[in-house]
Amino acid sequence: MGNRIFLSDPTACTAEVVAGARLLAVADRVGPDRAWRRAAMDNLMRVVVAMFAWCMPLLLLAIAIGLAVKAMPLISTTPLMDLLTSSEWRPLKGEFGFLAFIVGTVEVTLIAVLLAVPFGVLSGIYLSEHSNTATKRLAVPVLDMLGAIPSVIFGIWGVVLIVPLVRNGIAPFFGVASTGYTVLTGGLVLSVMVFPLITQVVHEVVRTVPNGLRDAGLALGATNWETTRKVVVRKALPGIWAACILGFSRAFGETIAVLMVVGNVVQIPWNPLQAGYPIPALIANNYGEMMSIPMYDSALMFAALLLLAIVLAFNLYARRVLKRMEIRAN
Amino acid sequence: MEKSTRNRLLQEQAALWMMRSAAFVVFASLVAIILTIVVKGWSSLSWEMLTSTPQGGYYLGKGGGILNAIAGSVYLALGSTVLATGIGLPIALYLNVYASPSGRSVGMIRTALDVLFGVPSIVYGSFGFVLMLWVGIKVSLFAGIIVVGLLVVPIVARTMDEVLRSVRPEMKDAAFAMGATRWETAWKVVARQGLPGLGTALLMGFGRAIGDAASVMFTTGFTDHVPGSIMDPAATLPLAIFFQLSSPVPEVRERAYAAALVLTMIILILSIFGRLLVKRSSKHTI
Repeated sequence: MGNRIFLSDPTACTAEVVAGARLLAVADRVGPDRAWRRAAMDNLMRVVVAMFAWCMPLLLLAIAIGLAVKAMPLISTTPLMDLLTSSEWRPLKGEFGFLAFIVGTVEVTLIAVLLAVPFGVLSGIYLSEHSNTATKRLAVPVLDMLGAIPSVIFGIWGVVLIVPLVRNGIAPFFGVASTGYTVLTGGLVLSVMVFPLITQVVHEVVRTVPNGLRDAGLALGATNWETTRKVVVRKALPGIWAACILGFSRAFGETIAVLMVVGNVVQIPWNPLQAGYPIPALIANNYGEMMSIPMYDSALMFAALLLLAIVLAFNLYARRVLKRMEIRAN
Repeated sequence: MEKSTRNRLLQEQAALWMMRSAAFVVFASLVAIILTIVVKGWSSLSWEMLTSTPQGGYYLGKGGGILNAIAGSVYLALGSTVLATGIGLPIALYLNVYASPSGRSVGMIRTALDVLFGVPSIVYGSFGFVLMLWVGIKVSLFAGIIVVGLLVVPIVARTMDEVLRSVRPEMKDAAFAMGATRWETAWKVVARQGLPGLGTALLMGFGRAIGDAASVMFTTGFTDHVPGSIMDPAATLPLAIFFQLSSPVPEVRERAYAAALVLTMIILILSIFGRLLVKRSSKHTI
């Protein structure tokens, strides 16, 4: 009771004193006889808070199990290899071969990543190594915004700008007639969606390289670029690799933007100027009919499971690389 | 010697220009996207567009606006952000106050959150669909709020976690030293210090919730009306754009462009607002 803290100079108060004062005020109010209540509250909240936290790994598990259970009827009647390597897609006859969709997804994703990696990595390095403060101050919010723009907005941009570009520019250049709704269009739109992610991760990773290494490089007479290339990038290489993997897995599951521009024709796209049909687009386009055709729902849930498995594997790998770098940096 | 120095300097210049042009492309793409949306959407935006529901069907009918989608999206995003905060804040508090920092659990939960963040929204949508079949709810605002809420939890929790992590450890030590329980420390000291940052996390979650299309497709459905109850299906802005853009009727396509402009504006305002909040927060925290 009656605890008071006197501050002669309020502006000089430290964090500790303020926190302490706040707590003493609390202690004043509750009094010693309520100590058991405070302890009980603490114990209760410990359980509640831990429960919420452990729900997260469980949610991941629940998603995987939920999808697997729904996919079971299909997996148990058709061997896994057939599902993955056959390109016969006749839902009405009960034939589900995912090859065309898998090839479509991989093709779109690869185009996106191959385009996004050089730009993303270079601008990430530029931001952390070679740009001035003003550029940085402008770039960080811009990257945030680019990352926050919803997928459907990228889609509309693709339909309005990139589809005509492919139809009237790129396809005629290669002597191909095209509607503009192609695998290449999907890759182009996706690459812009992956830019901010790769740039941000590279920017973060390159910043963790200790300054002493840079100083050593420059002191030996290397130019800025030589220091970047031979010292900084070499040191940050695993992180840059992880950034690319993260970009890949982001692009892999992207749905609406790709669906809007990729054409959605069930075929193996032999060249990028043909229409393709990636897995996410397959799920999104057919959820309406899946309950009316036997096994169709099972096939679509299998597709979702496939997507989850691949994205999960890539993500875990990338996080592991990043974590190892973090540990080494400290 | 002379020549090789010149070569090296040339290389330096070339590399610099390469990096500058890469950064320029990244910037230019943002500008191109926003310009496209503004140019296409501006002419279709009108008071009527914002305040009336579509007349005579969203796909073929003419006239009317996108009120159904605006209302549905706002309800959905509000509901799922509240849900995600209810789950995300305890997780962040657990990670920063309750769990032992050297233990394994912290790393495992953070990794789980990071991985969940990477799970594509179409997978969440499919999972939501399975969940709805099991529990036996129909396509509705409620189902959408649950699934989008789960989709947003990793973002909210991880952002809050980063915010609370930056609270100085001395604050916690001081609180414990004064005899505070962990809960009192978590709630009255740590969470309070991170308050403005928590606001930013909410805005980020709201932005992700309002912009996601693939997960609401399965769960929230689409309708021409403003939802009257939480068990009604609801239209959302992303789906309004997606469905109406492919319509053969030009007036309907106008509605898609208007919806795109509205959605982009909301996202940009949220992004700017979140940044201002971060700036302000650094002024008031100790």
